Amino acid sequence: MPQTIIEKIWSEHVVDQQEGAPAILAIDLHLVHEVTSPQAFTGLRARGLKVRRPDRTVATADHSIPTTPRNLPIADEMAAAQVKQLEANCAEFGVPLHGWESPNQGIVHVIGPELGLTQPGATIVCGDSHTATHGAFGALAFGIGTSEVEMVLATQCLLQRKPKTYLVRVDGTLRPGVSAKDIILALIARIGVGGGTGHVFEYAGSAIRALSMEERMTICNMSIEGGARAGLVAPDETTFAYLKGRPHAPQGADWDAAVARWRTLASDEGATYDKEIVIDANTLEPMVTYGTNPGMGLPISGTIPNPADESDPAAARALTRALEYMDLRAGDSIIGRPVNTVFIGSCTNGRISDLRLAANVLKGQTVAKGVRVMVVPGSADVKRQAEREGLDKIFRNAGADWREAGCSMCIAMNGDQLAPGEYAISTSNRNFEGRQGKGGRTFLASPLTAAATALTGVIADPRTLPGLSR
Amino acid sequence: MAAPKVGTFTTGLVPLPAENVDTDQIVPARYLKVIDKAGLADALFHDWRFEADGSKKNPPFVIDEPRYAGHGILVAGDNFGTGSSREHAPWALSAFGIKAIFSTSFADIFKSNALKNGILPIVLPAPLHATLMQIAKEDLAATVTINLAAATMTTPDGVTHTFPIDAFSQKMLLDGLDELDYIRTQASKIEAHETAHPGTINTLQPNAPR
Repeated sequence: MPQTIIEKIWSEHVVDQQEGAPAILAIDLHLVHEVTSPQAFTGLRARGLKVRRPDRTVATADHSIPTTPRNLPIADEMAAAQVKQLEANCAEFGVPLHGWESPNQGIVHVIGPELGLTQPGATIVCGDSHTATHGAFGALAFGIGTSEVEMVLATQCLLQRKPKTYLVRVDGTLRPGVSAKDIILALIARIGVGGGTGHVFEYAGSAIRALSMEERMTICNMSIEGGARAGLVAPDETTFAYLKGRPHAPQGADWDAAVARWRTLASDEGATYDKEIVIDANTLEPMVTYGTNPGMGLPISGTIPNPADESDPAAARALTRALEYMDLRAGDSIIGRPVNTVFIGSCTNGRISDLRLAANVLKGQTVAKGVRVMVVPGSADVKRQAEREGLDKIFRNAGADWREAGCSMCIAMNGDQLAPGEYAISTSNRNFEGRQGKGGRTFLASPLTAAATALTGVIADPRTLPGLSR
Repeated sequence: MAAPKVGTFTTGLVPLPAENVDTDQIVPARYLKVIDKAGLADALFHDWRFEADGSKKNPPFVIDEPRYAGHGILVAGDNFGTGSSREHAPWALSAFGIKAIFSTSFADIFKSNALKNGILPIVLPAPLHATLMQIAKEDLAATVTINLAAATMTTPDGVTHTFPIDAFSQKMLLDGLDELDYIRTQASKIEAHETAHPGTINTLQPNAPR
């Protein structure tokens, strides 16, 4: 029977399947960070257990660390204690750590691919819902809770039920000014934040094939915002070219054997899915969210919807509440809404190609008066690369703030945050109430749209930029 | 290890008629800087409950209304628990005294985390959910009895309904069994699988210098 890539990876990793019980699923790579792991290590200690496979485990500090220069201590005592605890836990249990001062530090979903640890066909977990990012390589990658972090540390396995499959086919060609971020925001606007619950997305179609690895990561990253715990793209030449020669990728004959195996992962002709949706890339516009969940998004030329037009009373109530929180008026256009802050970064859009796009817009320009523009590279490696290319100078000369790597204002637990009532346009993944600081208001958009907005101080359509190149 | 044990209980309802309640509302991220599980009751729905100066909002958020004090079932809108994987969400709900949540659907990771902490995420058909939401708002003395062994709930009108729960989670919670202990009973199968699938990922040993 023809199988999808999801079923192929699943069946290869089932260790045991008892009648009526979830499967015991083998995990190939476990990514660990400071925020969701301390209680798991405490649990191991209480049980007298070891980390079963330190060679399949890797840790970094990203969520709560400051993005100020690394020679300064962590001012927040709780964050400092959490980072120290991670260091102590990794030392005690033999887990390799790219600590907050390491040259390989970065957002956990940025460094996995960078180091070549993220590989096709693998099962990858992390106590973080954006683990789906790694699906870009044709891996089954998903977020887990801290109890599950403890299970994986102890056994390198997890109890899981076989997910349903959801084909997201994106055909056609993106127009200039439209990018991967707009594809995923358009998908979520269409299916809603619960649309993929219980499913794993497989992204396919000519528009997906045409994307770079970094663009595919942007899309897979936000699978969870569509309710799917994971989302993936079958590996192809683009995947292999990205991975080849990376520090932890197989080498020589091992590489050839691995690629031969990876080529068999693609979904078989005639494989069926539990759900399917088709998106026409040709018709997509840059997307911006206006509300308080990532499903509340619209094409940038659109107007803010009216609760009175909602037939479902619950949806009308939610929209009313969202517009109240955002202090936006139904019928107004989204273009021209003022912002206080522009945030460029995160595991969604903090990689080198994202920074290049933004720098290309800001080159030789000055950001709008009174607007704070924060550029936060996704990893120390991204930062070094950007500096080699002179992007840091472009950002600084334009009046933007160039910072150290971390999650920063995507989750706003490190002091990088909005003041109550402030608006941000953000390349991150969540616009929930208070996500970027208590009382803060978030518009999610692509790096291009965010950079265009930085120049004007109001939400701007990147398609109006002179000399725009995708 | 001891895991939470759930049996039969009777408790009141708290209405939270909002859709897509995300885990950033359940526990704002700045409360994730803890290294243990304790003390999260005050972080629960923090920004909906407290003013900037730390005082409770007036009028209070629903879970702080004295008339709902001690009620252990949250009746919430669709897709409860959307967003991040933070297990701090069920830790905080549990610390506050929430034992079950009624909704028409739950986000996958939240549901999995809730079950591991003895909180029952119960999916109800829309009409029954709407009825219970109404009762939660209007009848403060109303209680619901949940019998996990039978997978039933008895509503204030005396009618007993079954609710869906997978047999495995049901048994684990009834017997207070721990998932990690369960996986460890299969150690030989794990070893056999590892031997058969050596894989190419090694976090300790790079293959090539950077």
